[in-house]
Amino acid sequence: MSGTYQRPVALFWWLERRSYLLFVLRELSSVFVAWFVVFLLLLVNAISDGAASYERFANWSGHWWVVAINVIAMLFVLLHSVTWFALAPRAMVIKLRGTRVPPPAIVAGHYAAWLLLSAIVAWVVLR
Amino acid sequence: MADEITLEVARYRPELDSEPVMESFQVPLREHWAVLDGLTYIKDQLDGTLSFRWSCRMGICGSCGMTVNGEPQLTCATFLTDYAPGPVRVEPLRNFPVIRDLVVDIGDFMDKLPTVKPWIVRDVQSPVEQGEYLQTPEQLDEYKQFSMCINCMLCYSACPVYSLEPDFIGPAAIALAQRYNLDSRDEGASERLGVLSSPEGIWACTFVGECSAACPKGVDPAGAIQRYKLTAATQAIKGLLMPRSRR
Amino acid sequence: MTRFHDVIVIGGGGAGLRAAIAVAETNPALRVAVISKVYPMRSHTVSAEGGAAGVAAPDDSLDEHAYDTVSGSDWLCDQDAVEAFVAEAPREMLRLEHWGCPWSRQPDGHIAVRAFGGMKKMRTWFAADRTGFHLLHTLFQTALSYSDIVRYDEWYVTKLLVDDGRAYGVVAIELATGRIETITASAVIVCTGGCGRVFPFTTNANIKTGDGMALAYRAGAALKDMEFVQYHPTGLPFTGILITEAARAEGGWLLNKDGYRYLQDYDLGTPTQEPVLRNMELGPRDRLSQAFVHEVEKGRTIDTPYGPVVNLDLRHLGAKLIDAKLPFVRELCSKYQNIDPVTELVPVRPVVHYMMGGVHTDIRGATSLEGLYAAGEVACVSINGANRLGSNSLPECLVFGTRAGRAAAVFAGRYGAAVPSAVIAQGRDEERRLTQELTRHSEGHERIADIRTEMQTTMENGAGIYRDADSLVKAADRLEELRLRYEHAAIDDHSKDFNTELIALLELGFMLDVAQSIIACALRREESRGAHQRTDFPARDDERFLAHSLVRRQPDGTSQVTYLPVTITRWPPGERVYGR
Repeated sequence: MSGTYQRPVALFWWLERRSYLLFVLRELSSVFVAWFVVFLLLLVNAISDGAASYERFANWSGHWWVVAINVIAMLFVLLHSVTWFALAPRAMVIKLRGTRVPPPAIVAGHYAAWLLLSAIVAWVVLR
Repeated sequence: MADEITLEVARYRPELDSEPVMESFQVPLREHWAVLDGLTYIKDQLDGTLSFRWSCRMGICGSCGMTVNGEPQLTCATFLTDYAPGPVRVEPLRNFPVIRDLVVDIGDFMDKLPTVKPWIVRDVQSPVEQGEYLQTPEQLDEYKQFSMCINCMLCYSACPVYSLEPDFIGPAAIALAQRYNLDSRDEGASERLGVLSSPEGIWACTFVGECSAACPKGVDPAGAIQRYKLTAATQAIKGLLMPRSRR
Repeated sequence: MTRFHDVIVIGGGGAGLRAAIAVAETNPALRVAVISKVYPMRSHTVSAEGGAAGVAAPDDSLDEHAYDTVSGSDWLCDQDAVEAFVAEAPREMLRLEHWGCPWSRQPDGHIAVRAFGGMKKMRTWFAADRTGFHLLHTLFQTALSYSDIVRYDEWYVTKLLVDDGRAYGVVAIELATGRIETITASAVIVCTGGCGRVFPFTTNANIKTGDGMALAYRAGAALKDMEFVQYHPTGLPFTGILITEAARAEGGWLLNKDGYRYLQDYDLGTPTQEPVLRNMELGPRDRLSQAFVHEVEKGRTIDTPYGPVVNLDLRHLGAKLIDAKLPFVRELCSKYQNIDPVTELVPVRPVVHYMMGGVHTDIRGATSLEGLYAAGEVACVSINGANRLGSNSLPECLVFGTRAGRAAAVFAGRYGAAVPSAVIAQGRDEERRLTQELTRHSEGHERIADIRTEMQTTMENGAGIYRDADSLVKAADRLEELRLRYEHAAIDDHSKDFNTELIALLELGFMLDVAQSIIACALRREESRGAHQRTDFPARDDERFLAHSLVRRQPDGTSQVTYLPVTITRWPPGERVYGR
């Protein structure tokens, strides 16, 4: 053949479709999950160093830009959870007595577990 | 309903063009006409030089996959009236080299498919005189979905990983491997493991999920891949913990 | 450029792939090439829906399958071939099962069978209602495991090379590049399928243009029983898309505009709630299609913009059964007619579906040319005679694909690789001719599509479900005119890269040859039998016509029809009885 044509992949290929954009944001959200882990480690470290250290940490956390980052991070982590919960049934094929557990049930199970764990953590923290 | 609809069709003549050019045609807008009927009208009546593949026109042969208004579609299974008043933009399937007009080269898939051994692998094939291998309807259901692939390539066209990493084995090939892995008559799962768990196999997949969205037959290749990730990971751990035990 | 393979298989569908595998298994030292104008998974085998017949149940017997096939064929089949066929069909289908074919199962894991038209016992194996799809993909994927099988995907064969009565290979165009090559062989197997596209309204895919029949015909091989064209009773009105016979086997009814199950008026039995084998809607296809024509004449069909239709009623089957046994039917009706068969009537009408006739072969798959074999729909052995029973054609591909593959492998093994220089010269000539054709037709002035449409209309009018001498003679004249106009057909596309217009032109040439042979045979057969119904000769005439029509091309381009007696072994000609 005289020559096949290869359509070049656009630099911003992920802006071409809503589904691609969502995918890239989902992947990006793992960065913010990592941020929360780091933040949590810093918090634990601050507490273990005593009350003064915790004060300093709490003040620092109150800066507008830290709050802003954490709000954005929380949105991304929510996105992360929602998208991965939605995809969970595709990877988890569970059979109970011969019939496949319907996908919505698996998603519901994930949310239920999340709610339960959150309730436990909240109870521990707030009591 | 209007009389006509515009089809904007990608043309690529390697001897003349360095890249595809869009050309507009007016075709009749009839109630039962698929996009494919519009294309055959163009070829039969307006411009015989338009090249495209088609055969069964009932969504089972997989020949007529093209990009319609940006989406990978079987042109025999989408209807002009769905796009009215138009225009309808018809381009070749993305992620494949274009040979001519709306015809792409799917040689890459044809090369990759045999590497996953999409056939029944058994140590011993019992003679047919002994009758069929028994397989209950439940066992059939385990792999049935993955056996529905018509090799239309819409999934490859939709997959951004395939566009960025052409070595990726791809959704359909992996789904077909799973079809055999999950077939109760097959004993070849260990033989397929190597290819599937290679860097170009399942681990290249980042679960975008577009393949399953594009699939006209409900095969759910994304599901096949994710499930296999679980299997492959389990095998890897088993291999680490119990290196001497037979799989 | 010339290449050589021990065996060439033209066509990569059910028969072609099975033949290639048979060659590889018979003699692994042979190199076999499968040359197909489409990727094999696009072959028309993929569209088959209903099932594949093979004696499986303990209360069934080979004799009964044979008798159903013989009577279904209106006694025009060769009974020795039928006996071999019914014996080998179950084995072939078990082989497919061992290769992974997802046959539908009974709860205990054994293969399930269902009823089908014209069969007295339930013996049709099925893979939901996508049997051909599963069969083809199983064969294709299994063929991938044989390293001796070389594939030429999207190569179009334009000529069979024959010297001194023996076939030595082909000339083919590589679609992607336009490159023309001579590929020689010790044996050639033609598995190119049928020719439904010769008619305007057909279940057949675009690719079913009778290429192999014309190739063999032009090479000097005899075609057989070309006048027997099967109309399937239930095709969707605009597209012609097939609604499988399984819909009726599961209990569907055919209703005219008054909601009346009209088949009871045509000696096909009395209507029952549950389907009864060989009764009413489970009668043979030719009789059902003929009944439709009578209903049209009586004004009892429903008029639509796409012609008269009757209704297929599946509503009483229920969603559960339809989703389990007829899911593809539901999908097709919904997509192409916007109808849900669970709650609505499905408009259907007879549609050209299958070619009983084809390249004449014996029961090993050998044609009248040495080294040339044929199998599948392209061939006429004959097991289908004047009318084929549903679910016999898929096992036919397997049984005769295997037989032809084996015979070709033995032949190739015996005769080795010597190819006469005359063949190479022929190949060169054909390469030159094709290049010249491209140039010549660049100056044409007729649209290919127009000639094709007129040919199709001519065939519909001249050789439809009912024919007579008048309509056939008119059709023959018309085809002559169209052949002359074909010489002036225009090609807009002068390129080399994937020139589908050139292929369309070549296909049209093949179709005109096939059409001509159909008309010639139909004109000469002055009787009515099976799918060939002459209003001027309404009776079956076993004295004169218990024989196959053989048609051969003459040096001057005309065709000559002779007769070959049918082989009768155990079932002397009798009356075809259904519903009684």
